[in-house]
Amino acid sequence: MADAINLEEALYHRGVTRRQFLKFCGLMASVLALPPRYAGTIASSLQAAPRLPLVWLEFQDCAGNTESFLRASNPTVSQIVLDLLSVNYHETIMAPAGKQAEQSLEETVKNHPKGYLAVVEGAIPMGEDGVYCTIAGRAAKDIVREVCGNALATIAVGACAWDGGLPAAAPNPTSAVGVKDAVPGITLINMPGCPMNIVNLTGVIVHYLTFKDLPATDQMGRPLFAYGQLIHNYCPRRGHFDAGRFVEEWGDTGHRLGWCLYKMGCKGPQALSNCPSVGWNDATSWPIGSSHGCVGCMSPHFWDTRTPFYERLPNVEGFGIEATADQVGLGVVAGVTAAFAAHGIISAVRGAARPIAKHESPSDQQSGERRDSPSRGSNGP
Amino acid sequence: MAKLVIDPITRIEGHLRIEAVVERGRVKEAWSSGTMFRGVEIILKGRDPRDAWVFTQRFCGVCTTVHALTSVRAVENALNITIPDNARIIRNIIDGAQHIQDHVIHFYHLHALDWVDVVSALKADPGETAALAQSISSWPKSSANYFKTVQNRVKTFVESGQLGLFANGYWGHPAYKLPPEANLLGVAHYLEALDWQREFIKIHALLGGKNPHLQTYLVGGMAIPVDPNSQIAINAQRIAQMKQWAAMARDFVEQVYIPDLLAIASFYKDWASIGGGLGNYLTYGDFPRKTIDRPEEFWIPRGVVLNKNLGAPPSVMEQERVTEYVAHSWYTYADGDDKGKHPWQGETSPRYTGPKPPYEFLDTNGKYSWLKAPRYNDTPMEVGPLARMIVSYAAGHPDVRATVNGVLQKLGVGPEALFSTLGRVAARGIETLLMTRELDRWIDELAANMARGDLSIHNGERWRPETWPREAEGWGFMEAPRGALGHWVRIKNGKIENYQAVVPSTWNGSPRDARGQPGAYEASLVDTPVADPEQPLEILRTIHSFDPCIACAVHVFNGNGRELTRIQVV
Ligand code: SF4
Repeated sequence: MADAINLEEALYHRGVTRRQFLKFCGLMASVLALPPRYAGTIASSLQAAPRLPLVWLEFQDCAGNTESFLRASNPTVSQIVLDLLSVNYHETIMAPAGKQAEQSLEETVKNHPKGYLAVVEGAIPMGEDGVYCTIAGRAAKDIVREVCGNALATIAVGACAWDGGLPAAAPNPTSAVGVKDAVPGITLINMPGCPMNIVNLTGVIVHYLTFKDLPATDQMGRPLFAYGQLIHNYCPRRGHFDAGRFVEEWGDTGHRLGWCLYKMGCKGPQALSNCPSVGWNDATSWPIGSSHGCVGCMSPHFWDTRTPFYERLPNVEGFGIEATADQVGLGVVAGVTAAFAAHGIISAVRGAARPIAKHESPSDQQSGERRDSPSRGSNGP
Repeated sequence: MAKLVIDPITRIEGHLRIEAVVERGRVKEAWSSGTMFRGVEIILKGRDPRDAWVFTQRFCGVCTTVHALTSVRAVENALNITIPDNARIIRNIIDGAQHIQDHVIHFYHLHALDWVDVVSALKADPGETAALAQSISSWPKSSANYFKTVQNRVKTFVESGQLGLFANGYWGHPAYKLPPEANLLGVAHYLEALDWQREFIKIHALLGGKNPHLQTYLVGGMAIPVDPNSQIAINAQRIAQMKQWAAMARDFVEQVYIPDLLAIASFYKDWASIGGGLGNYLTYGDFPRKTIDRPEEFWIPRGVVLNKNLGAPPSVMEQERVTEYVAHSWYTYADGDDKGKHPWQGETSPRYTGPKPPYEFLDTNGKYSWLKAPRYNDTPMEVGPLARMIVSYAAGHPDVRATVNGVLQKLGVGPEALFSTLGRVAARGIETLLMTRELDRWIDELAANMARGDLSIHNGERWRPETWPREAEGWGFMEAPRGALGHWVRIKNGKIENYQAVVPSTWNGSPRDARGQPGAYEASLVDTPVADPEQPLEILRTIHSFDPCIACAVHVFNGNGRELTRIQVV
């Protein structure tokens, strides 16, 4: 399976200079939260790496993670597909169909035992013997066991492959589960998000090619480099939160000026993700950057635990109880409200009139996430 | 002859299976089956209607914005909310960008390999490819050197022995007609389009925070603010950036996509009489010029064309005439599976009666799909770009008429060629071309509003559930890239009581109804030539021409409010 092509050489053929290649390695080092000197290690490892076979399975999915993959820019998807990996099976983009597609999957599983990466997108329905998702007449639960059971490692991309995601939201009509429950005991890394961010998947693959090992994870199997920080702790709007400047209505002055979205239901205080630092689509923007609250799509069972999306989270660290965000304004500002209402800058006054909230990072990052406030019971497995 | 099975149909979104009987080298009969079900509509019951768009957006991750828009429109319709003009324009920009990007990806990455033989490209003379490219377009990249680089790259790749995504393709199949030089052109643009789509769709990231699955829709408007004096809102700089993306779209579509489409189509003119299918076309219309309540002013008109009749104006479309059948779908109706039900009255429960996996064949006489069978006036319909271009053409839409006639003339075929596999491919390209021009106009429209000091993006009068009626029902619609999309919602006491989506790929991919009438895929496959049943390339051509998208087509809601029996997970 080894061949002479390596990424740098391949990139060179496409006019990518050594400088640009090293820049990419430096970027990956920073995404992976490694010291900059690791850029060199990454570069020499990638130069030597053979094209690792990869199969990408889709079950109860919407192809959102595939689309995320198609937006890859560092390296681009064509570099991944042609130069970095050997993507042998991916229903949404592969050339063959039917029997010949199945053949591509079989060949990989048979010819590379414990020698390929499996990526899984979508949940696996366990109900009714697997009739809710079949491919080539086979139940998803059987395919995932066979393919992931023989893989070097499995990467579950998106919320669905992680914990069942949307199909597993209450009342979970098809008894959908994530890979960890469908195939227990395999080498698995979870990359939740709806969808996952391609920068992070690239990071995991680069980490693997560099260190021949998967990156460190938390107890839920999520790589720490991507899921180790609460959004709220490094959100660019955090200053507004601390100063009590909140968006009160969609389109108001605060909204136009980029104030905190907490009162509009932002789940950032309970969401572990590197969205604020890596952004989306080549760092063009990210949800809070485009002025809608975070919906917590990287959190466990977020369809049940982070909804309703527009209801504010109680008990956010920083000012204690929910009522405080309102009291911040109401008590202090009552007298001047009328004067400023016409200008739509009530919250600004509130912020100015209020003592700066004590800003403490939760000592255990996970604690922010664990304070679930399910609005409906999750009947998922 | 025995039945032929293609499962999985790849290069589509979702899980689709085709079974077909082939006799004397042609498809005699075909059955289309969606083999995955999630039950999102059951999951929606009891939730906050303002959240629904976040859920329904996950019907599909490919046309990633369309269900979000349809959902907010359904809730706005139920609650009688009029959105600000800026929100209307921003939605048009997002929606238009979706059509453009989605169609380009479809043409190059999901469909082209049915017409372009990658392996044959290795035999091409790059100089001749450059000459061919320069003769059809002024695209600046088309040098011999450029095509040589691409060819080398593919060569190195093929020689590595690891063909990856391209392994086991139908290379060398007799139905491939392009000369090696044209194949190399196709391969080069396949790679170029990958880079292009990634850049262009940043317009969604700007307006929606990310792509796929944008995150700035709101019932009542949009969450992305507009303010020339703010760094974080849509300001002059962002308008300029959007104008650049719009120009980038126009350049690529005019100079790469359309010339490639015409060049490739000219080798496959026999496909202008294959794959026509139903001949009935339905559109809900979209891209409001003023308000959503005035479909007569939409950029894409609303209407129905029956029996390929281009000679008369389209007939009026009324959403009340939409019904869904489950006679051949794995659902059951309490009062018998032979009746059609309008989505507001709909009542559905999944009941699988197919073979236990692993299975070889489905029972196509009985129930055989997770897709329901939507019908309009009890008649099966085709939806999608071809339906839009045909309804617009029949309605006398000047831009559509001029462009369609121009393309037909270039290909040397008459209007009847539209009703075919090739017609579907051409219609998608024509729509993309027209859309790139509209996109630019919408951005100007937004800038003009801003210049007038209109910064409103959200109507908050009925944002809080306390302001809602105790009961309400609404219909949201749009023209998704794949066709007419409708969401029907019923709200009670501030919560979703019922939610039902009838989506483009359910129309097109539907199984038979109670009267045995086939859906659009099934009808279009009849008479398709199949040179080698072991390599059914021709079936893929016709199915892919619809751009199937199956995940969003399988859905169910439970009208009785009964909890479905849950199966214990081991
Ligand atoms: S509540 Fe949301 S918008 Fe406000 S600072 Fe925290 S993460 Fe940022």
